[in-house]
Amino acid sequence: MEFLSPSTFEDALSAKSSAPEAVPIMGGTDVMVELNFDRRRPGALLDLSRVRELAQWGPEGPYLRLGAGVPYTEIVERLAARAPALARAARTVASPQIRNRGSVGGNLGTASPAGDCHPPLVAQGALVELASVRGVRRVPARAFYLGPGRSAREDDELVSAVLLPAPAGPQQFSKIGTRNAMVIAVASFSLVLDAATRTAGTGIGSAGPRPLRSPQAEEFLAAEFDWQGGAEPSQAAARHFAELVAAAAEPIGDVRGSASYRRHALSVMARRAWYWCAEDYRKGAR
Amino acid sequence: MTADPSMQGDRLGAGADSGADTGIGLSSRARDGVGASPRRPDGTLKAAGEFAFSSDMWMEDMLWGMTLRSPHPHARIRSVDVSAALAVPGVHAVLTHEDVPGEKHYGLETRDQPVLAFGKVRYKGEPVAIAAADHPETARRALERVQVDYEVLEPVADARRAAFDPDCPPVHEQRVGSHPEHGTAANIVRHQPVRTGAFAGGAEVAELRGQAAAVVTGEYEVGMQDQAFLGPESGLAVPAPDGGVDLYIATQWLHVDQNQIAPCLGLDQDRVRMTLAGVGGAFGAREDLSMQIHACMLALRTGRPVKFVYNREESFFGHVHRHPATMRFEHGADAEGRLLYAVLEIVLDGGAYASTTGAVVGVASSLGAGPYEIPHVSIDAYGVYTTNPPCGAMRGFGAVQACFGYESQMDRLAAELDLHPVELRMRNAVGQGSRIATGQRIDMPLPMAEMLERARAMPLPAGRGELEGPADPRTLPGGVAGTSRGEGVVRGIGYGVGLKNLCFSETFDDYSTARVRLEVVGGEPAVLVHTAAAEVGQGLVTLQAQIARTELGVDRATIHPADTSVGSAGSSSASRQSYVTGGAVKSACEAVRARLFALARERGLVEPDHPEDGLALEGGTVVSARHGVLAPLADVLGEAAVEETRVFRHRPTRMLDPTTGQGDSHVQFGMCVHRAVVDVDVELGLVKVVALDAVQDVGRAMHPQQLLGQIQGGSAQGLGLALMEEVQVADSVIRNPSFTDYLIPTVLDTPPMRIEVLEHADPHAPYGLRGAGEPPTLSSTPAIVAAVRDATGRGLTHAPVRPEDIVGIGL
Ligand SMILES: Cc1cc2nc3c(=O)[nH]c(=O)nc-3n(C[C@H](O)[C@H](O)[C@H](O)COP(=O)(O)OP(=O)(O)OC[C@H]3O[C@@H](n4cnc5c(N)ncnc54)[C@H](O)[C@@H]3O)c2cc1C
Repeated sequence: MEFLSPSTFEDALSAKSSAPEAVPIMGGTDVMVELNFDRRRPGALLDLSRVRELAQWGPEGPYLRLGAGVPYTEIVERLAARAPALARAARTVASPQIRNRGSVGGNLGTASPAGDCHPPLVAQGALVELASVRGVRRVPARAFYLGPGRSAREDDELVSAVLLPAPAGPQQFSKIGTRNAMVIAVASFSLVLDAATRTAGTGIGSAGPRPLRSPQAEEFLAAEFDWQGGAEPSQAAARHFAELVAAAAEPIGDVRGSASYRRHALSVMARRAWYWCAEDYRKGAR
Repeated sequence: MTADPSMQGDRLGAGADSGADTGIGLSSRARDGVGASPRRPDGTLKAAGEFAFSSDMWMEDMLWGMTLRSPHPHARIRSVDVSAALAVPGVHAVLTHEDVPGEKHYGLETRDQPVLAFGKVRYKGEPVAIAAADHPETARRALERVQVDYEVLEPVADARRAAFDPDCPPVHEQRVGSHPEHGTAANIVRHQPVRTGAFAGGAEVAELRGQAAAVVTGEYEVGMQDQAFLGPESGLAVPAPDGGVDLYIATQWLHVDQNQIAPCLGLDQDRVRMTLAGVGGAFGAREDLSMQIHACMLALRTGRPVKFVYNREESFFGHVHRHPATMRFEHGADAEGRLLYAVLEIVLDGGAYASTTGAVVGVASSLGAGPYEIPHVSIDAYGVYTTNPPCGAMRGFGAVQACFGYESQMDRLAAELDLHPVELRMRNAVGQGSRIATGQRIDMPLPMAEMLERARAMPLPAGRGELEGPADPRTLPGGVAGTSRGEGVVRGIGYGVGLKNLCFSETFDDYSTARVRLEVVGGEPAVLVHTAAAEVGQGLVTLQAQIARTELGVDRATIHPADTSVGSAGSSSASRQSYVTGGAVKSACEAVRARLFALARERGLVEPDHPEDGLALEGGTVVSARHGVLAPLADVLGEAAVEETRVFRHRPTRMLDPTTGQGDSHVQFGMCVHRAVVDVDVELGLVKVVALDAVQDVGRAMHPQQLLGQIQGGSAQGLGLALMEEVQVADSVIRNPSFTDYLIPTVLDTPPMRIEVLEHADPHAPYGLRGAGEPPTLSSTPAIVAAVRDATGRGLTHAPVRPEDIVGIGL
């Protein structure tokens, strides 16, 4: 097996272009598991851990530009205010050891329907930046995921960064697991409000072949939300919102949970998320 | 002794001051002796990550062994062709059942398990062929090329059908049971009835039902639990010049391995020499053989050392699990809540091979009625063959499943009669002098009522309203996943009590052997203790040294590596090693002591007529009750070494009568009482255990710190069974053979535990001690499930409780 270890992003892109079958490895928390289990025997590994650019983050216009290789620990510790939903999601990933190595870029590379980053990215309308020697393009997260393990990324492309709109309102993320830490999502949900445009975004994880959203629920909430004072929703409104979210899910039953439980759990998380958004909104998150 | 969270409280118990019964009792004051908490000899290495576990072994010229396993739960093998595998460069041997040199079957109770499958495979993951190669990857690739022609058969997946449907196809064409009285039906390994009171006279349950003021019935299920030890199966076999083999292996019992390995290799026992390698946990999963014979076969065939290491997934197929159980229980009581009768049916799924299923049935039946006085009892416990993964020993051994059933029933009965669950239990509690359902009298202290009261009286944890940071997600169900800020969270409290037999039961010759050597090393007396007992993490190495220090009054005590050059120590299971190997070390020390006194007399250091019971060893000297220090041990010993080997046996036991289930089948009883406090998110079905407090009587706290570790660990393993741990099997196929989907508790799932230890000495046992490792595993599961029921009002009849069960959504 070949081990390519570029130290600049440019070199990484040319390496990927000349060997598109080379498997990128960032934190390795997915790749190494696959190798150990013999699910994958790549001819070449493309080590990205020495590429500085990927580990950086900072403002870019209206966005926060988050390098694909920034580890979860750093997102939790330093970006809670700039990326509240994603930081919450990052906090729920695995254990401290995995969070020290795992990255958003890796989560996008794996594109598992259960990945924790996806619902916040979808909910807030983030952009995924893909780069190759051919150039750079930015794909909305909402169009990035195609199916389990499949995404809009071409073989010669790397994920260079995600671009997160600056928060303009409350953001929530929650995830169900049958133990209180270190667990793959049975179902997850993110809700992001934008007080400036008076819109809402949803992200549904681990309840379909790819991360989903519910445009109907988003429209309903945007219309019903008290953008003046952040009053609690009526029970009926919260319930309807919850039902719309649950209806948008396409869950299956598996060892981690039944399809009907997943739908049910989503409705509970969605309802609670609205209440929490309203509470945060009243406290000034707008 | 009370521990955590406050470490306050009084030291209790009759045993506390009795000292070691070493003549005049002086030597019980030895530094780091019995009752102290010295450090483990292997502790620093383990904490620093430097301890060599069995998977770390290495030899320059070794080969790697690998196993080809059946992809089908049930299939006929038409043919096996290894020629393509043998052609792979780097492969040194590929072996099948045809290459087994001796007996083709092994087994702990019944030799029904093929070393390598032939004729049929009976579970998915059954070994069919093995290979040795110069790299594990090469061995794996070679095995991919082995051609096995299977004729797939219908799996026998339903244990109840296996037990009761005469048309169910047999898993074994020929029964190889060693106890025909345990049943002759094709798929029944053992059926054990117990009948007392009116049931012994043939009464029907309807007659008793009519006399009861309250009747509760329930059907309960316990899922298949994995021992989840962290160090997977591994070992190294080294061929020896004499045609034998040296095997370095992580196991629970060297000699029982040796007994099974040697006949299969066609070798005399003494040609199979075994040494314990570093064991990364056991919990019952290392009682059965895994790769032992395979490694030896390959080593003998290739003339090279052969190492095996299973990975985590393979480990799920490489060892037996806890028997899943389905239980139908009926209890009747009078209006005051006094139990009148119990009718219990317990079906335990033993999977493809017998393993210890017979003994597990012996425990489940004899203890099925629990620690309660019940005049009329009818129990039928069945252990059956299916094509599911084989099940055998796991901490609690049949008593865990029964305990979940009877404790669930006690709570139902309490609710039915509007009694506090503790009150109902106290009204029916056994104690010293009571008889359990087998007729066996409890002839040692067992203060169950007092233990229940103590559990109830322990301070409760702060309510959510009193928490400093109520919004800290780590205090909430769902944890850091942020599913609740307090919404939907309801607190519940539950109790559980379990009765466990300690040591091997039913006539088993359950002895241990210890060799103790005392000599002067570097001017100081030093003792070397040699047994074959397996240190599996429980701390037996620490305890053996403590006993030697106490008995011989010597500071320096070293433990020889465990191997088969000394007699059998029996198994590190059934909570028995402190008792049995502890007893053997104690008697060997006593023999050494007697010889020392004789030597001291011979050398004129002690008056010839000095009474022996006035002598003791303390601080490296011989002391006399009358005259104080008589002589340093160094003077007594001089150049001599005093060495004695002793075998220790506990009192004999009897088989249960095959039709009435009567008989003194057990050696000793242990008990733990748990009180669990939980917060449940009743909308999402998520649980946070807030407190898991315990009261356990251990007879004598030999090493208080290790003891607490055992109680905490046992409680946590019970927590796992209550809330998350289940090997999910569908159509005889394991669906979650990984730690990604087989969940075990993390530190965020494990609550603070307040533990009260009572020390009412058992007069039959060395130091009055009682095995302590298993009882907490029984009671913690039903206590937690009871607490979740209390919070949710749901029946919850399946352990582990799933979120679906709590929110009431079908699976
Ligand atoms: C014990 C454990 C627990 C886990 N728990 C969770 C959890 O709770 N939630 C969760 O979401 N995940 C979890 N994971 C999965 C994993 O940690 C995450 O998916 C993580 O985000 C992967 O990041 P990484 O940097 O380690 O990726 P890597 O393993 O290095 O790569 C993952 C994939 O992405 C590709 N890739 C990496 N970087 C790039 C790039 N820049 N451009 C294109 N492709 C790229 C790789 O080729 C590979 O296919 C867990 C994993 C383990 C081992």
